[in-house]
Amino acid sequence: MAERNAMEMAEYKWPEPERRRLIGKRISRVDGPEKVTGRAKYTYDVNRPGMLAGKVLRCPHAHARIVRLDTSAAEKMPGVKAVLPLKKVGDEILWAGDEVVAVAAVDEPTAEDAIRAIVVEYEKLPHFVLDTDPKAAGERVRPTAEQVEGDPDAAFREAEVVVEGLYGASLITHCCLEAHGAVVEWEGENNVLVHVSTQAVSGIAGQMAGPLGVPAGNIRVKQDHIGGGFGSKFGPDSWGIAAAQLSKMAGGRPVKIMLERDAELMVAGARPSYYGRVRVGAKRDGTVIAWESETWGTGGIPPTSPLPLPYVLRIPNQRKRHVAIVTNSGPARAWRAPLHPQACLLTMAALDDLAAALRMDPLDLLLKNIELAGERADVYREELQIAAELMEWKKRWHPRGDPSPGPVKRGLGVSIHTWPGRGHACRCDLTIHPDGSVEVKLGSQDLGTGTRTAIAIVVADTLGIPLEAVRVRIGDNQYPPAGGSGGSTTIGGVSSAARRAALDALDQLFARIAPLLNASPDQLEAWEGRIRVKEDPSRSIAWEQACARLDGMPLTVRGENPGPGELTTAGAAGVQMADVSVDIETGIVRINKMVAVQDCGLIINMKTAESQCYGAMIMGISYALYEEKIMDPATGRMLNPNMEFYKLAGLADIGELVVHMMTGEKYDRRGVIGLGEPPVISPGAAISNAVANAIGVRVPFLPLTPERVLEALAKKGGSHARV
Amino acid sequence: MRAFEYVSPTTKEQAVALLSSTWGETEILAGGTDLLALLKDDIVRPRRVVNIKEIAELRGISFSMPAGLRIGATVTLQELLDHPDIARHYPALVQAARGVTSPQIRNMGTVGGDLCQRPRCWYFRSGFGLLARDETGRSLVLEGDNRYHAILGNEGPAYFVNPSSLAPALIAYGARLRIFGPRGTREIPVERFFRIPKSEAEREYDLQPNEIVTEILVPPPSAGMVSATYEVRQREALDWPLATASVALVLEGQRVRSARVVLGHVAPIPWPSPEAERALLGKTVSEEVAQAAANAAVQRARSLGKNEYKIQLARVAVRRAIQQAVGGGARR
Repeated sequence: MAERNAMEMAEYKWPEPERRRLIGKRISRVDGPEKVTGRAKYTYDVNRPGMLAGKVLRCPHAHARIVRLDTSAAEKMPGVKAVLPLKKVGDEILWAGDEVVAVAAVDEPTAEDAIRAIVVEYEKLPHFVLDTDPKAAGERVRPTAEQVEGDPDAAFREAEVVVEGLYGASLITHCCLEAHGAVVEWEGENNVLVHVSTQAVSGIAGQMAGPLGVPAGNIRVKQDHIGGGFGSKFGPDSWGIAAAQLSKMAGGRPVKIMLERDAELMVAGARPSYYGRVRVGAKRDGTVIAWESETWGTGGIPPTSPLPLPYVLRIPNQRKRHVAIVTNSGPARAWRAPLHPQACLLTMAALDDLAAALRMDPLDLLLKNIELAGERADVYREELQIAAELMEWKKRWHPRGDPSPGPVKRGLGVSIHTWPGRGHACRCDLTIHPDGSVEVKLGSQDLGTGTRTAIAIVVADTLGIPLEAVRVRIGDNQYPPAGGSGGSTTIGGVSSAARRAALDALDQLFARIAPLLNASPDQLEAWEGRIRVKEDPSRSIAWEQACARLDGMPLTVRGENPGPGELTTAGAAGVQMADVSVDIETGIVRINKMVAVQDCGLIINMKTAESQCYGAMIMGISYALYEEKIMDPATGRMLNPNMEFYKLAGLADIGELVVHMMTGEKYDRRGVIGLGEPPVISPGAAISNAVANAIGVRVPFLPLTPERVLEALAKKGGSHARV
Repeated sequence: MRAFEYVSPTTKEQAVALLSSTWGETEILAGGTDLLALLKDDIVRPRRVVNIKEIAELRGISFSMPAGLRIGATVTLQELLDHPDIARHYPALVQAARGVTSPQIRNMGTVGGDLCQRPRCWYFRSGFGLLARDETGRSLVLEGDNRYHAILGNEGPAYFVNPSSLAPALIAYGARLRIFGPRGTREIPVERFFRIPKSEAEREYDLQPNEIVTEILVPPPSAGMVSATYEVRQREALDWPLATASVALVLEGQRVRSARVVLGHVAPIPWPSPEAERALLGKTVSEEVAQAAANAAVQRARSLGKNEYKIQLARVAVRRAIQQAVGGGARR
């Protein structure tokens, strides 16, 4: 038994660059063909024998009390198998769309008929959904304690230039293309099978055990593919629990509840709005010395927390105040890089306005102050330089206000961002079969980022075998537990666990093979499908033959990510630039080009790493220009719970996207760092800055709609604000 | 979606016989791009859906001089776009159809359906009715969020905007509709087809529940006619325009002998602007003249509170459509 000894334990590291055949290369997803041919099955596609359709009756009012609830007519309807009140008379409803009753019936139309047959009477209560002005919010404000660092008053007195601005980003949703939902069935009295659209396969059972009254170990959770989560799919949700309870009431028949599009947008989570007045003080040479911000915003009922301000750059003297506004807008959930896009906008827009006041190029202003970024300052400096080259910044940048004739004005903007991306707790089982095939099992999930492929790359490269020889099994909570895919923690967790499992497995195999090759185990290496003696590669054995020596007994080892170390660390830095055109007569903004320069330590798969940046920029363009959860002051309801007025960018709206991933020894050395979130942070700020550069005035709030752009131009009073 | 009876007649006589004389009992299915959403959102609850796509005489496009253009009601937007004579003689129509930037909608959606689709008002689509009133009778549009609502013809009680992409261009060309019902065929100008409902019982167009639009007849292009449609639309991806204008001008030399200027997405009906037309008549189109016409077009516009910006967008649409028609100015 070739256990790694204490000295060797320190040797869990990534292979040197010349020893990487797959790691860091541009490799297509192993499940790509499945997805593009439609063979990949999502929770939405799960249709079990005897399955019932579950539907939820939702409250149409933003704030109400239930005064009567009568489900008897629904219960008597043919085809209705279970009716489950989720609220009772007297309960207060705090947002429109909240769940009141769930039903299960033989098909969707019958379930819908049953929903319509339920009688609910509400006492309507006053609602409040406005979030842009804390003064108008009355008793619904929840101030948090002022935070002070350094001596902001002295610093503002010392400042030679002070700018003040108003910035913000509206409430938006996650808009997962696959809605939330689950298919749940009971197997006998005590076992539950759950197919669920989730970011946390290993975490679901524990959350369902209590409500269902069964041990977590009796709850099997499965998910092959997911159509988007973005931070909104960590729990079974009330409708997932309801599906389980309906199934039990219906004698165990599977019950499927997938949210309709309107429910998905109304109740399955939102990114809180944040607005703020920001003051920045600087020396005339651009040295930033003082920060003051008053922020407010809403995430529905729970108060929003203060933003991490000022963002990335630690300005020495600061004063920050935050007021949460409690509204009936519906529940907030973590949205890809929680708090960061809003903090980034407030900071980078304020610095951009400062640069304009100083008549400085904002790129120079960032570089001038980049030491305030702390230990990653060098990375930002290098990234800013590369981004500037890719954007031809120095050649194309002009001071605020494109002087060229005609209604279409062009401008450039820049922003920087950071994210921890530390690998989560993760375990995996790696099995080498006597036929040479390799299996890795872990209770992880592929959030769409290419997790399966990344694991396969790590294992195949470590074992010196082709990618196709590795079968990755995820999406089942009977596999070793892996953390939820949140906080960009998955790649660090799974790559570290897989690398360690593969190295340990290889050691055990070497121990078996070493005598055959007249060598000691530590003299062996796995390379291109063979196990060979490092110093004398002519002494070797093919991988399959080596595995045949396992005497018919598969070799299984457990790998675990012990936390940050050689294999994975934290702290990603990125830079983005935007090039936009704005029609100042219509207020319409078009993206010409965006550049993302991103660091994430050692890159496992260049192709999917770049894909993360492309996707994040598209999502960023969407929230910068289009997305808003429009809350109606009259009814308190979301007015656009559809894909018609909840607008996402289409292909023709995104312009040219350029991605540059930072690579090289200095980045490799930091190990693997998460990437899912960082590149979605900067687009809002970079685009807002580019629009200000184009039209000569700040449009305070995202999304940058024609209405808001025209309003900003009108306030500026420029002659071109009106035709 | 509630259960309904589905019928697929092959003649217009059969279709009309299958339609109820009371609104709400039956619905007509052509491309279905609007009807299916109305059914799923429970805004319409027909007991019978009458598919008219199997009626041969509702199909086809023909063009000849001097007869002009005939478009069957179930011709798809894509068929319209692909027709060489339409592209040559009716650019405002083609530009309007191109504004529907979804191939799926263009392939399924029909010309008749484009004219008869229901408004996109978010209160209407949430079940508050065409006039969007709450249980106390107050207008939700006025109380709530009206950023996409009407700036013209908005004296009430209707505040939605007409959603048709093609109607402004068809009106600018002087097109007529042929409608078939229990009493046979009748013909009306497209312009008179649309109307502003005064009560919840009225529809936004002149059609009986058991009538169907069968054909659209467009006069032949006059000598010296130039025309264009300009849409102000936020996204390139499928998106409702915020304001559009279609213009058809007949030029005599450089001078405007006759003019039609019709705005879309700004009023409960496609909105012809005689003010803008008067500003053009007898003039040589310059930037100033186009601007004067644009200003005239929105002279009577008023904001409902959150849609003031649409006045500016309508003005731009008119000016750019005029400039595009005469061969200058900004194009999309």
